Amino acid sequence: MELKQRSIEAKAPLTIQGLSAAYQKKPVLRNVSFSVEEGELVGVIGPNGAGKSTMMKAALGLIPRLSGEVLVYGKPYKQQRKLVGYVPQRESVDWDFPTNALDVVTMGRYGHLGWFGRPGAKERAIALESLAKVGMADFAGRQISQLSGGQQQRVFLARALAQDASLYFMDEPFAGVDAATEKAIITLLQELKRQGKTVIVVHHDLATVQEYFDSVLLLNVELQAYGPTDEVFTQELLQQTYGGRLAFLDRSRNHSDMLATKG
Amino acid sequence: MTVFWILLTGSLVASCCGILGAFLVLRKMAMIGDAISHSVMPGIVIAFLLSGSRDSMLMLFAAMICGLLAVFLIQTFQQSGIQSDASIGVVFTALFALGVLLVSLFARQVHLDQDAILYGEIAYVHWNVWEVNGVDLGPKAVWLLGVTLVVIVAVIGLFYKQFKLCAFDPALAAACGIPVALFHYLLMGLVSMATVSSFESVGAILVVGLLIIPAATAYLLTDRLGRMIVLSALMGIASTFLGYGAAVVLDASIAGCIVCAAGLLFILAFLFSPSHGYIAKKLRMRKLIETQ
Repeated sequence: MELKQRSIEAKAPLTIQGLSAAYQKKPVLRNVSFSVEEGELVGVIGPNGAGKSTMMKAALGLIPRLSGEVLVYGKPYKQQRKLVGYVPQRESVDWDFPTNALDVVTMGRYGHLGWFGRPGAKERAIALESLAKVGMADFAGRQISQLSGGQQQRVFLARALAQDASLYFMDEPFAGVDAATEKAIITLLQELKRQGKTVIVVHHDLATVQEYFDSVLLLNVELQAYGPTDEVFTQELLQQTYGGRLAFLDRSRNHSDMLATKG
Repeated sequence: MTVFWILLTGSLVASCCGILGAFLVLRKMAMIGDAISHSVMPGIVIAFLLSGSRDSMLMLFAAMICGLLAVFLIQTFQQSGIQSDASIGVVFTALFALGVLLVSLFARQVHLDQDAILYGEIAYVHWNVWEVNGVDLGPKAVWLLGVTLVVIVAVIGLFYKQFKLCAFDPALAAACGIPVALFHYLLMGLVSMATVSSFESVGAILVVGLLIIPAATAYLLTDRLGRMIVLSALMGIASTFLGYGAAVVLDASIAGCIVCAAGLLFILAFLFSPSHGYIAKKLRMRKLIETQ
């Protein structure tokens, strides 16, 4: 039994053990452990300041961990970087940077090029293909500051596609995007799932959680609950996670009627 | 021949500074360039005291150490909660003051003129030539700047994709396994090197102008990083020629005229750039209102 458990963990795209992280000495993530199964779309849900982005950044080694271990397909993350794709929050970069959409997507290939490799025709072809997959092929040569917010988000997703990873971390890809982009993103997530890829998404809109995700991870500094969406996305667990800062329109006990208050 | 050497020296300074300045401007670190150029002062003076000469490798090395020390101190203060502009201000003024103090203390032993450090003496570069077996190989400043430019072009050229990604999206760079901190200090080391190589010609204060102004001008003129770097160097070279011409006509400080010319080119780009210029933006606005 134990052996079986181990072999499952070795295969798991992501296993996090006892992860803690802090900003300026204040702990924002405490002792988080979970393991994600292959081919799942996982939504990370929690109030503002719950450490959702911090968890991703700590797992990717972008901020120092206080403790904890991150295994990707059974091996430490540092050995498996090429298997991991990352979509940071859109606001994290300067969109006035002198470059165009195609160039940004090509950056997704840099991790595969090693120290001295230069992006060439192959990288360009992959980047163009990735742009086409998010419906942005016509904007390849466009200066990035001249794209709308939704288009910029799609460029970021295309860049993640160009990374050709097996496990993706996406930090609020749905934040502030138009309906067309939201649809494009969800189509893309389904496509990745079909290819057996695993995607972990920080998500804010509780109304769409059940529609979009196979599993849900509820986080508020500590891990509150993790499991299949229909088991974990319950009123009780959500109230516990949001600490009563959640307003329910609870007539039919239909979860899609739930609204999160800003808090 | 004097004119040739002055223009060549100025162009080399402008190229070194222009290439690095583009990255400083894009990383919103223009003031770090300022801080480094002042912080290298104590390094220059200490190296001068130790070696007794102004064109030693020791001086370059000591100044680079000082520049990197300044960057390290600034970051350490910032990370422990001091405001970012305050930590820059504290570190570079204190290190610069230390340099001034050292110069004044040992002024009799060293022929290091404070004016020369602050404002440079590009007009005299051709006096200090490099001779091997009696053969005149040209001004030492030109050799020093030439080597610096080769190092800068080689390092940036070799690691262009890393520098670019670290400037645009350091988080992705780190996730890709690029050692972001290493490239940060590499860039800062190059800036220190460029500053030291340039200070003799244009001085510690005006070198900041050549680091930032041509790069800011180039930023207004193009939408591609590669072109911005080339344009930045070209703007600096154009400033050198314009500035030297003006200095001859006005009989004024050459370095001062060069940086004034750079400022003038910036104003022109700010007003008339076809893509990012003030007038073009106003015209686009008006068109937008008319079509509505």
